[in-house]
Amino acid sequence: MSGHDYDAVNYWKANLRLIFGSLIVWALVSYGFAILLRPMIAGIPVGGTDLGFWFAQQGSILTFIVLIFHYAWRMNRLDEKFGVHEE
Amino acid sequence: MDQFIINLLFVGGSFALYIGIAIWAKAGSTSDFYVAGGGIHPITNGAAIGADWMSAASFISMAGLIAAGGYANSTFLMGWTGGYVLLAMLLAPYLRKFGKFTVPEFIGDRYYSQNARLVAVICLIVASVTYVIGQMAGAGVAFSRFLEVDATLGLIIAAVVIFLYAVMGGMKGITYTQVAQYCVLIVAYTIPAVFISIQLTGNPIPGLGMFSTHTESGLPLLTKLNQVITDLGFNEYTADVDNKLNMVLFTLTLMIGTAGLPHVIIRFFTVPKVADARWSGGWALIFIALLYLTAPAVASMARLNLMTTIYPDGTAAAPIEYDERPQWVREWEVTGLIQYEDKNNDGRIQLYNDVPSFEEEAEARGWEGNELVVNRDILVLANPEIANLPGWVIGLIAAGGLAAALSTAAGLLLAISSAISHDLIKGRINPAISDKGELLAARISMAVAIVVATYLGANPPGFAAQVVALAFGIAAASLFPALMMGIFSKRVNNKGAIAGMLSGLVFTLAYIFVYKGWLFIPGTNNLADIPENWVLGISPLSIGAIGAIVNFAVAFTVSNATEEPPIEIQELVESVRYPRGAGGATDH
Repeated sequence: MSGHDYDAVNYWKANLRLIFGSLIVWALVSYGFAILLRPMIAGIPVGGTDLGFWFAQQGSILTFIVLIFHYAWRMNRLDEKFGVHEE
Repeated sequence: MDQFIINLLFVGGSFALYIGIAIWAKAGSTSDFYVAGGGIHPITNGAAIGADWMSAASFISMAGLIAAGGYANSTFLMGWTGGYVLLAMLLAPYLRKFGKFTVPEFIGDRYYSQNARLVAVICLIVASVTYVIGQMAGAGVAFSRFLEVDATLGLIIAAVVIFLYAVMGGMKGITYTQVAQYCVLIVAYTIPAVFISIQLTGNPIPGLGMFSTHTESGLPLLTKLNQVITDLGFNEYTADVDNKLNMVLFTLTLMIGTAGLPHVIIRFFTVPKVADARWSGGWALIFIALLYLTAPAVASMARLNLMTTIYPDGTAAAPIEYDERPQWVREWEVTGLIQYEDKNNDGRIQLYNDVPSFEEEAEARGWEGNELVVNRDILVLANPEIANLPGWVIGLIAAGGLAAALSTAAGLLLAISSAISHDLIKGRINPAISDKGELLAARISMAVAIVVATYLGANPPGFAAQVVALAFGIAAASLFPALMMGIFSKRVNNKGAIAGMLSGLVFTLAYIFVYKGWLFIPGTNNLADIPENWVLGISPLSIGAIGAIVNFAVAFTVSNATEEPPIEIQELVESVRYPRGAGGATDH
């Protein structure tokens, strides 16, 4: 695969965009909701405590799973679209 | 049936299974030995990663840490799972495409430098050896508690079992035993948790029970727990933390460290295709989450159970009399992991938080100090006894704890031995070695690594408790940035990468040693390890994330000041980015 192939360049850019978006969500649920923004969303009750606590102990883990499967699914489609998938 | 016989049946049965797998999955080539022939299904690999990753620390210690720290220790839950997002998106697919056997091999090829490869080998060995000591020690403890044998003898039994399947089967044997070990450990962890959740909340799913109503009081479980422990002078379980910078950095260090630990990364080399490496990450996290979503429930419920055991009539009434303590307290007292001292000679057990703010109330009640010390590591192991579950559940917990320790130890030992046989012996000393010769070298390295790990597990250095911080700090500050830049930047060259790895490493080690003692030798620390002394409130455990930033910054600066990498290296970077043409993991 040559580095100057137009398709290859766009494939890589699409991958970077997808990674960037995923990492924003990754940071938002863990460092955001679960830690830094917890006081801001403290008013939302969840089972005897607040939403930030839930994100810290369970919500962020569930989000991580969704993020990885979403990434794998989208990337496998990108592979095919740009013709860089394995036979 | 006697509990000892039941434990023996469960542990012996699981060990027989592992050895049976070893005989079935014998490695015939270096490809079998290093990457299980590269033909592992992503779901199988996900389960193997789960067992590889979840160590004695996850199985035994984590729930206890959360029970003691409440919200503040959520860092372990997020840190030890969030790293998989980084792995699945930033490292695993590209390293699988690169298609070689070891992590240092990628660093050596990408940075066209045998010295870079050597630095990576050293980082790998230090991080993995420190990690494996804890696993071996954990296996020894589990043996001595459940099989009533001497811890050293237990350790030797465990080492012989690992020897059988790891030396014979290499990655191939380890993969299939890890899948079996995952099944054992997840069943062992979940069953007691389900029963406890039903007893306390009526909800059979512990992760949901934790956020539902405590049947007895009619209050939400966490509200009830907060009430009980604040009555006794403890902080609220769900209380927020003040030092958020440190909490963020500690979580980040665990995440980056997780993604940079070689024994996890090499598991991604065993799947057939790049797409499978991506799926593997997701499956791995599902298998890990089954335990990690249950752990906080185990933590909060066990904490509440402990408190209501000691204060059966509520916190306002007198605590339980020492002579009426339940059987499980008696049994754990024998091990010294529960200690009682009747400070005010009233024959009762006063368990409370001995802090100045609670002094007045304690005095009014005639209490003269906290009288019960419970080692937090026993929480998961004692869970079935606390919930009055039948003997076979205790046997299952014993087999589960051993499965967690052995599976992680085997993965670490494989990472160490392949770095020695492939990166040092074949890479540096004798590049002309035949496949058969290398396979023999790999087996001998594995055997030596097991002997060393067993010795260190039986005689853990005094700093054993400190070294996990070291493993994550090193992985985060040295390996992860070098791997990531190797894929995402064509500009970072050999000089930049080596300068970056060394400065990240030295910076991280220096910060840890200033507070923990140089090379962990007691008394050589320059500053006491207390929050007041930490720079900007950053604990030595959290410094790996800053070390990673130092690594990135130095690598980019040095690279930009020196020449571009050769054109064939830029083409190599280009090629790992596109899945087409991956083929099996190879030697050439």
